[in-house]
Amino acid sequence: MARGLGRYIIIRALMIIPTILILYTLVFFFLRILPGNPVMAVVGTKNIPPEQLEHLMEMAGLDRPLYVQYFDYLRGILHGDFGVTLAFPMGKPVWDYIAQRFPATLELAIWAFTISVLLGLLTGVIGATRKGTKTDTAMRVYSIVAYTLFIPWFGMMLQYLFGIHLHWLPTSGRLDPGVNLHTVTGLYVLDSIITGNWDALVSSVRHLILPALTLGIVLSGAYTRLVRNNMVDVLSQDFIRAYYARGVADRKVMWYTLKNAFIPVVTLMGLQFAILLGGAVLTETTFSWPGMGTFLVDRIDYRDYNAIQGAVIFFAFFVGIISLIVDIVYALLDPRVKY
Amino acid sequence: MSKPLLRVENLKKYFPVRRSILEALRKEPPRYVKAVDGISFEIGRGEVLALIGESGCGKTTAGRTVLRLIEPTDGRIIFDGTDITELSREEMRPFRRRMQIIFQDPYASLSPRMKIGDAIAHPLLVHGLADKEEAKEMALKMLKRVGLTPEDEFYDRYPHHLSGGQRQRVVIARAMILKPEFVVADEAVSMIDVSMRASILELLESFREEYNLSQLFITHDIAVGKLIADRIAVMYLGKIVEMGPTEEVLKNPVHPYTMAIIQAVPSIVRRKKEKKLKITGEVPNAANPPSGCRFHPRCPLATEECKTKEPELVEVSHNHFVACHHPIH
Repeated sequence: MARGLGRYIIIRALMIIPTILILYTLVFFFLRILPGNPVMAVVGTKNIPPEQLEHLMEMAGLDRPLYVQYFDYLRGILHGDFGVTLAFPMGKPVWDYIAQRFPATLELAIWAFTISVLLGLLTGVIGATRKGTKTDTAMRVYSIVAYTLFIPWFGMMLQYLFGIHLHWLPTSGRLDPGVNLHTVTGLYVLDSIITGNWDALVSSVRHLILPALTLGIVLSGAYTRLVRNNMVDVLSQDFIRAYYARGVADRKVMWYTLKNAFIPVVTLMGLQFAILLGGAVLTETTFSWPGMGTFLVDRIDYRDYNAIQGAVIFFAFFVGIISLIVDIVYALLDPRVKY
Repeated sequence: MSKPLLRVENLKKYFPVRRSILEALRKEPPRYVKAVDGISFEIGRGEVLALIGESGCGKTTAGRTVLRLIEPTDGRIIFDGTDITELSREEMRPFRRRMQIIFQDPYASLSPRMKIGDAIAHPLLVHGLADKEEAKEMALKMLKRVGLTPEDEFYDRYPHHLSGGQRQRVVIARAMILKPEFVVADEAVSMIDVSMRASILELLESFREEYNLSQLFITHDIAVGKLIADRIAVMYLGKIVEMGPTEEVLKNPVHPYTMAIIQAVPSIVRRKKEKKLKITGEVPNAANPPSGCRFHPRCPLATEECKTKEPELVEVSHNHFVACHHPIH
């Protein structure tokens, strides 16, 4: 069994490689198809002599044939080199940006993920245990509304209500100006706790609430439906009826039901993580959150090929690892999964 | 039968039918599916009563209501002298230990995430009758008792490793480990391969002897009923139409419906040409049962009287009851 699981993990891990390769290829060529390039973006509408333009293209390495550019960057990735930025500011290692920006996205993602799962479980369980009642209908409506909310609109509504109208919470950034935090992991809440910086803790949590809530609520809708439907399904099974017949307390039966209904939820968690990072892009731009999302949007404006490729590959790698972990958890949870 | 273990009196279970918005607006009265509509019977200690009927006649609902897995709409359930109809969940707990259920689908009645040994030991832990060690030991013994050997190997298996017949043995073991006095076997062998049915029935029979176990054996198969039941009750659309000792009912069926289902049993041996009582059509909708005798639209012997007047259950011979205006003699 253990050896089987080990082999399964290795094979699953190896499958990340072709995924990333395909994604890199697509991104590489799409970027080149898009009108404009980094040099044009930097030069803008200024009229400069053709020789100088050629010189700039040469400096950026964009005069070389496409296949050379393609394999050159790929070789760099294999050595852990994500290249340098091609537009303002030029020549900085892309990795430095990723290292700086990714923790911000990760922190937002973790909080949003936690909120979405907790909200989804809560609303789903309430719906399932009160099946067919008005409460159940209310939970279903919540699910659909949450699922279809447009993140920037919803984010702005929250900003308006809690930020501008009530003045309770900040609407952008990660820390109040004037609060200094020595970063260790880049996850500000964690860092403030590690360094015992309580001002920073309060400030970072306050900044997190609105963006995490926005993303969390939008993502929770899918869980509500799934948890409710799975629980209703499991509750109608005879082995649950057998628990009642044995006199198992209601609360315990609910717990057993939830455990059985949880397996598809774990699958959704893995799938949602990719969506979560995508949603993070929208959330980050709405809340000026200095993460990978805002970075990516910023770099796309500049057609900064290297930065975009690097960011996308890193994202893909991260999502691959997460879904690998989910699959392993899944295999451990459900004895029926064969590997 | 001086003192029955279980007495059911006029048991009813109505399920509300969802009204459409239009109906609700018109303030039409809510309608009900009368799944079980006033049935009464008794089961003595060590006795097996087979409840027979077509699918949709309410036999499963009846079985579950008797165990209070479904709350009855009306009627009384008296178990060993105690009226359990209105006991709270907490008050029911000691009775739950004494009454068990075996379900039809052995694929759905075991948790896919519980080892079968743990599943069998679980009832002991729920009722605090044993600690973990003892429960495991008893579960192992029970596995051996139901023929799943080598038992220590079976203990650690999951339901998906087992065949339908083996699963049903696990379900029976799980129900029997509490040494119950009464069990509802709801189509316990219907989903088992025919070749395995006899051995499962024998297993149940052996527990009946060992524990003096009473059974309410729910089945659509009158042949299975014949094999194991002391008495048979035939149900049609929420009512018992005929009830009596197995031999007597099978030999001298009095209700046309009973007659028809006995004759409908396929036989390998070619029967002599006998006059067959043919029934046609499907079981009518229980939300809107026919007037008078509920069987009249399908009954070849029906008269005007049957359409208007509902027949009472009357004793035609010793312990043999029937509800029919035109009983066959």
